[in-house]
Amino acid sequence: MVDTLTPVLSDNWDTDRAWTLAAYEKAGGYSALRTALDSEQDDVIQLVKDSGLRGRGGAGFPTGMKWGFIPQGDDKPHYLVVNADESEPGTCKDTPLMLASPHTLVEGVIISAYAIRASHAFIYVRGEILHVVRRLQRAVQEAYLAGHLGKDIHGSGYGLEIVVHAGAGAYICGEETAMLDSLEGRRGQPRLRPPFPAVAGLYSCPTVINNVESIASVPCIVSNGAEWFNGMGTEKSKGMTLYSLSGHVTRPGQYEAPLGITLRELLDLAGGVRAGHELKFWTPGGSSTPILTAEHLDVPLDYEAVGSAGSMLGTKALQIFDETTCVVRAVLRWTEFYKHESCGKCTPCREGTWWLVQTLERLEHGEGNEGDLEVLVDLCDNILGRSFCALGDGATSPITSSIQYFRDEYIAHLAQGGCPFDPAAAMLFSTDEPVLATAGATGYTAGGVV
Amino acid sequence: MTADLATEQATKTVTLSIDDVEVTVPEGTLVIRAAERIGVQIPRFCDHPLLDPVGACRQCLVDIPDAGNGRPIPKPQASCTLTVAEGMVVRTQHSSPVADKAQQGNMEFLLINHPLDCPVCDKGGECPLQNQALSNGRGESRFTETKRTFVKPISISAQVLLDRERCVLCARCTLFSEQNAGDTFIALIERGSFQQVGIYEKEPFESYFSGNTIQICPVGALTSAAYRFRSRPFDLMSSPTVCELCASGCSLRTDHRRGKVMRRLAGSDPDVNEEWNCDKGRFAFRSTRLDDRLTVPMVRDDDTRDLRPASWPEAFAVAARGLTAVQSSVGVLPGGRLTAEDSYAYGKFARAVLGTNDVDFRARPMSHEEAAFLAARVVTRPAPTYEALEHARAVVLIGHEPEDESPIIFLRLRKAVRSHATRVYSIASHSSRGLYKLGGTLLRSRPGAEADVIAAAATNPDVALDAGGVILVGERMATSPGALSAVVSLAASTGARLAWVPRRAGERGALEAGLLPNLLPGGRPLSNAAARVDLAATWGLDLVSSTPGRDTEAILSAAASGDVKGLVVGGVHLDDLADPGEAVRALDAAEFVVSLEVRASAVTARADVVLPVAPMEERSGSFVNWEGRVRPFARVLDSNALSDIRVLSGVADELGRPLGLRTAADAMAEMSELGPWDGERPEFVPAAAEPADDGSPVVGQMVLSTWRTLVDDARAVDGEPHLAATARRPVAVLSAPALGRLGVGPGDHVRVSTESGSVTVPAVLGDTADDVVWLPANNGGVSLQRDLRARAGSRVRVERDGAR
Repeated sequence: MVDTLTPVLSDNWDTDRAWTLAAYEKAGGYSALRTALDSEQDDVIQLVKDSGLRGRGGAGFPTGMKWGFIPQGDDKPHYLVVNADESEPGTCKDTPLMLASPHTLVEGVIISAYAIRASHAFIYVRGEILHVVRRLQRAVQEAYLAGHLGKDIHGSGYGLEIVVHAGAGAYICGEETAMLDSLEGRRGQPRLRPPFPAVAGLYSCPTVINNVESIASVPCIVSNGAEWFNGMGTEKSKGMTLYSLSGHVTRPGQYEAPLGITLRELLDLAGGVRAGHELKFWTPGGSSTPILTAEHLDVPLDYEAVGSAGSMLGTKALQIFDETTCVVRAVLRWTEFYKHESCGKCTPCREGTWWLVQTLERLEHGEGNEGDLEVLVDLCDNILGRSFCALGDGATSPITSSIQYFRDEYIAHLAQGGCPFDPAAAMLFSTDEPVLATAGATGYTAGGVV
Repeated sequence: MTADLATEQATKTVTLSIDDVEVTVPEGTLVIRAAERIGVQIPRFCDHPLLDPVGACRQCLVDIPDAGNGRPIPKPQASCTLTVAEGMVVRTQHSSPVADKAQQGNMEFLLINHPLDCPVCDKGGECPLQNQALSNGRGESRFTETKRTFVKPISISAQVLLDRERCVLCARCTLFSEQNAGDTFIALIERGSFQQVGIYEKEPFESYFSGNTIQICPVGALTSAAYRFRSRPFDLMSSPTVCELCASGCSLRTDHRRGKVMRRLAGSDPDVNEEWNCDKGRFAFRSTRLDDRLTVPMVRDDDTRDLRPASWPEAFAVAARGLTAVQSSVGVLPGGRLTAEDSYAYGKFARAVLGTNDVDFRARPMSHEEAAFLAARVVTRPAPTYEALEHARAVVLIGHEPEDESPIIFLRLRKAVRSHATRVYSIASHSSRGLYKLGGTLLRSRPGAEADVIAAAATNPDVALDAGGVILVGERMATSPGALSAVVSLAASTGARLAWVPRRAGERGALEAGLLPNLLPGGRPLSNAAARVDLAATWGLDLVSSTPGRDTEAILSAAASGDVKGLVVGGVHLDDLADPGEAVRALDAAEFVVSLEVRASAVTARADVVLPVAPMEERSGSFVNWEGRVRPFARVLDSNALSDIRVLSGVADELGRPLGLRTAADAMAEMSELGPWDGERPEFVPAAAEPADDGSPVVGQMVLSTWRTLVDDARAVDGEPHLAATARRPVAVLSAPALGRLGVGPGDHVRVSTESGSVTVPAVLGDTADDVVWLPANNGGVSLQRDLRARAGSRVRVERDGAR
């Protein structure tokens, strides 16, 4: 099964000091940049279009098409903003990528900015991951010193400035228009669309916002060609991507494979579910994607198939939960996250998450009645598709999907007057320790499980 | 019709169907507006037709089975942000279960954290949340959990209180403050359910327009300290009226209960104030209910020399007797706050009853140049309108600070700047906060020497003034030699339209009514024999005196010297005059003084007969705003108080020369009959731009720049401490070199003095010329005219406090 892996982005992660310019260039880094600079900008855009690369941030929008929306010859500055505000619960792919090989991203940024004729690019990186911020800053500095950045890059006449901007800890700033507000120094809240960022984005100028992985995939496409890239993956989901496995899995981590691999295959690669346990439920792409169960083990993990299975590929953050996990407890933790991160701009998300958490808390403690489940489902119906941005939609996913698959478990809480699970049993660490009484209070449980 | 308007009307239309009703609307219309066209009200909170769409509250969701391209939009859409498309099919709550459920669900969310204090909430009874919860909400909430609570209420300014529990976070208030007023003193802070409207503690919500946020708040979250818990909407009578506090001409709604005004709200008039007004117009209405309100006539007792109450017949008789005794020389000073009808009555009283042309409405610094300018270039001429301002390519403000002196012009200019990229230039001493908010450019000038800068503006390639431009000239240019002459040349050479913007509500009407020594009603020049004959015919007189009259300052100095023996004085506040001391001497020296006033004043204290007149709410009439637009209003409160017309008519009857007018309607009818003068206008002879002094710098002296701020120590603000507390503090604006020369930093106190006195205020940094200092005219107990006898252009000494 090992040949299922296609390490491209992660290929150099295990080289010595992979994050340095020297190591990156030694492995052929920045050669794609020279190739790109020798091409016409529109040819680079066409190449990315031909490759079939789709946005790796979750929505899967074709990257080349997004670039094509940027008006040309409009005498306005163009901007490239890289969304490195990776905050989705369970998602951990951009962070290791930037940590291990920041130059992959920097090279991608230069090529992409060149293609869309931007002379300023911003990497909006989650402020909490300070080590990544430092690696990025150093990588950008190295790129400047090597002439990959700045004015007249390698005599091409093209110049680019990159700003690494650290966010201040709001999940909503991963929403692309909220990110633009935040970059402009405002409070991060999503903007009204239209105008779309491609027309009036950062500082009201045409702006492309791409996920880290999308941009990092550009150099290898430039080096190896569109056909190489779209030779991987499925019919409509081309190329390789980073799958992040976490939770009750023997070897958690990033697995780079072609789109369309199944969870069953990935679990084989990762040594399977935690020894002695079996899969109960999982998220295909972070907590905002409806959960799936063991019956979905053979669903190809591409944009279409996961959609058909009733969920979304999202960020390919595969959180694995075995049978020791209380689904109500997990869903409550996620919902608390959304309540905390709701920006407050629109009513359904702001008020709805406030309400959902309280109802779920009651249910977890076995208080309430079956009618509460109907209320929960109806509240989710009143939030989904009614909110200003996708945050509200995402908040409903774990609730509706968990009630769909595990309604009996909710009812069991009511019947027993409390949670039928031992939270310690779900913990990844210290399972031998008698931590039952204090598990909830340590804060360690949540970190370990969810 | 302006070109822009014509273009707008020629724009394409779009036909769509809403609840199966076809409606055709201009392209770009929002669905929520289109629905209003067919009488379908979609519930909403954040949406407001005069604010940018925001789509935050999600209450106005509708179903779109066909977006006009044959395809449905899968999710319900906010109709306040969705523009119409040809062939679009819209289903509102009336025809779509999806839309109805979305709205009900949203309403339920809005109410989970909303307190159930409707029974004690000011908004109860006129609350969009209450109303729409009933029309588009569930009967009972399913929420049984714990509500979020906040401390209630908190002050976000001395005037505005915030109850965060009630707030539905629609952002109307923050949007209005940011977009319309340009005062970003409030913003949404925190996140999720703890999002709230907040201020920076050191900069409270001291916007001149803060009251509008209270009015557009769709819940009871924002209330005013003045009105909170004072009454319930269903106990109030509402009367449409207009504002008397400046020349903007705002439409107002006055709410009253049992003969007492409880509050004033901005009325809706798209041509004038749209739906806004300023805090002064909204809150400053209590001064006429203070203890100093005059309710009965008073005459000076022959023995005690004190004023004693008298009956109206006695008071009329005493007034008539006194005026008869000094009839050869009576001056009439009606003041600038009268209705057009009252002004007309004053003019007729002076000219037809007393036989004098010594009448002048200007109770402020003035000049002959101004009188000539008004007679030749302003009276009866239509001025550019608010609409013209909104679409002007460039607006040049000359000696006019709109935010302080005509706040609705300021709001409209801000709209022009935001939506039509209008460029604003200001010929002033420094960049004011108002100019900054208009993104304007300062054409710096020294007070008293504006004429040169005005002349230079004609050829300034940046200003590029042409027929698409508007010139707004303020009243303080009256005392800048040659300035108004330069303004006339600027308008003539560029083709820009010209408007004179007085501060007081009654000045333009008084001008039209002929309350100037050189001007008869309807713009008739006194010097023109045909005009005098025309007027005499209407008034049933043999002739109207052709003797040139004295202006206010001449009347007062003549009274002080004994040449004028009697004075009839209306609403004149002595400290407003160029020389308050001279005015006091004039009143003391005059043999007989008749005062028509609402409240006791320095004039009534010196009067021989005091005839109380009705305040705004107790009379009817009309103001003429700066555009020349007539703003009629009806009486709001029942009252026995008499109008100026009725009082003057009573005196005239006793004099045996009836005025022929007893009501505002009589006056308006006679003015209409008379009509505007269609004969020759007086030629405007430009005055020479003589420098204010010989130009040689006087060591230690600076030129004073000043104007009155909107909220200041004016008597109109009396009785409203919450409003007064939002007034800007007195400061001295000085340039960096001037500060350096004085050895002071921003915040340090400086003493500003003349031979008449001194005031001490903190210094702030500004972009004034190095020998110019700006102070507000009448703020925080500092009145420049009273304390320093100084006005714009005066020489003052500025020193570090304690330096002497």
